[in-house]
Amino acid sequence: MYPENFRYTKEHEWILVEGDTGTIGITDHAQEELGDIVYVDVPKVGARVERGKSLGSVESVKAVSDVYSPVGGEVTAVNETLADAPETLNRDPHGAGWLVKVRLSAPAEILELMTAADYRKYVEAEK
Amino acid sequence: MMDACGIDSPEALFAHLPEAARLSRPLELPAGISEYEIVEYFRQRAAENANGYASFLGAGVYNHFRPVLVDAVASRGEFLTSYTPYQAEISQGTLTAIFEFQTMICQLTGMDVANASMYDGSTAVPEAAMMAVRATGKGRVLVAKSVHPEYREVLATYAKNQGMPVAEFGYGAESGNLDLEDLERQMDSLTGAVIIQTPNFFGIVERVKAAAEIAHRHGALLIVVFTEAVSLGLLEPPADADIVAGELQSFAISPSYGGPYAGIIATKEKYIRQMPGRLVGQTTDSRGNRAFCLTLSTREQHIRREKATSNICTNQALIALMATVFMTVYGKQGLRELAEQNLAKAHYLAGKWKPRFSGKFFNEFVVRAEGKSPGEINKALLKKKIVGGLPLGRFYPELADSMLLCATEMTKRADMDALAEVLA
Repeated sequence: MYPENFRYTKEHEWILVEGDTGTIGITDHAQEELGDIVYVDVPKVGARVERGKSLGSVESVKAVSDVYSPVGGEVTAVNETLADAPETLNRDPHGAGWLVKVRLSAPAEILELMTAADYRKYVEAEK
Repeated sequence: MMDACGIDSPEALFAHLPEAARLSRPLELPAGISEYEIVEYFRQRAAENANGYASFLGAGVYNHFRPVLVDAVASRGEFLTSYTPYQAEISQGTLTAIFEFQTMICQLTGMDVANASMYDGSTAVPEAAMMAVRATGKGRVLVAKSVHPEYREVLATYAKNQGMPVAEFGYGAESGNLDLEDLERQMDSLTGAVIIQTPNFFGIVERVKAAAEIAHRHGALLIVVFTEAVSLGLLEPPADADIVAGELQSFAISPSYGGPYAGIIATKEKYIRQMPGRLVGQTTDSRGNRAFCLTLSTREQHIRREKATSNICTNQALIALMATVFMTVYGKQGLRELAEQNLAKAHYLAGKWKPRFSGKFFNEFVVRAEGKSPGEINKALLKKKIVGGLPLGRFYPELADSMLLCATEMTKRADMDALAEVLA
């Protein structure tokens, strides 16, 4: 369920780091809790994001939730397909439903995030 | 009552307040008077109104006929006593009326979506500017000097605390139309909104398409403002705009000092999430029946708190209803005929002088007061039971010798001829 090569946050975001770039999304647990997602608000390419600060929001039929950046850096790409097909986030949260790619300013930050095993336990405990 | 509350005097209700903060003497109010005396008092005050005067004032507030059906519908208890719905879906009647309002505003403005109304035209303008800033990510606003001066003051008030720099561009001294060269000169890559008004404050119909072209070429949105909604019956809808912000006072809302009036914001579908205020949508209930609901409330303050698109979390429900009844009574053809009457009367009146500006106008135009000041002319007119035009010097020092005159379907030919005599 939760890929081993991802790192996770307590706010239910994931990040996959390849080279100096991290791909960020929300977890399967997060999409499950939110319900049907109808709109995704992401920053523009070139925007600076800070670790632990809001980088955008995800709107479901029930609520709007902030998405917090797991790392600091500069946005290099955003998932444009979500504008027309926000339901992708429900269907494939760990794949096609990615939100943004960020060039990491401090790659060591990800070591402080949870591993897949930690996150599984964290979600279990929250239930 | 005091027994039930367990107190021995009304003062006991205030005992928890510090002594120094309490008034120790009775309020200085006159003794009570009878209902008859109250009615008589107000009858006398009402007689002080300028009843029986002809008026040539416009400038954002217009004297139009109010069909009797408007108050007959708007005074029904179901509408009159209800606030804008928060437990919305139990108020299907109110939601239906708002949905029809939104639909008609879209038809008039050529936009895809309209909200359930704003407080008035003046507050709709800064809300539209903030929308454009959110949508473009660019904070500077360029507004035409020919936009209603008081709307620009309200814009400045909002802008000051939003950190939104506002600059103005001019109008042609000959035509009274937008100075598009000045607009082009002042555009830059930081400008997110260009605001124009049509008909503008001088009554002149603007070139919306040309302004839109300049705004879009620089990556800004075009906001089109209107103060005279009746003009929409005749003029091409401002469909080249990205946002339309306007005032509906002309649609069966009595001219009154301070309102209440009703404003609108309408926009293209792609900016719907940036739009402030309430929005009613059509849906299907669990039994498959057509139903109405509040939608996209996630933009709103009561759902999204500090992340709301605006501090407006309500609408002008009753006033917007009056406008809805007005639009329904007139219909498309009726509104067109009404607009044609306005156009014809204003052009009859304008035929008596050469208007100051050469631009094409709807039901208002600027004239130069020859020989006398606009104030002196108005004084002379009052003696003939005529309220003259608006002296423009207060808002435009360069037009201190001019006044703005308005004629509507209510303006009588005899009054226009009498006005012409004094002004000649």
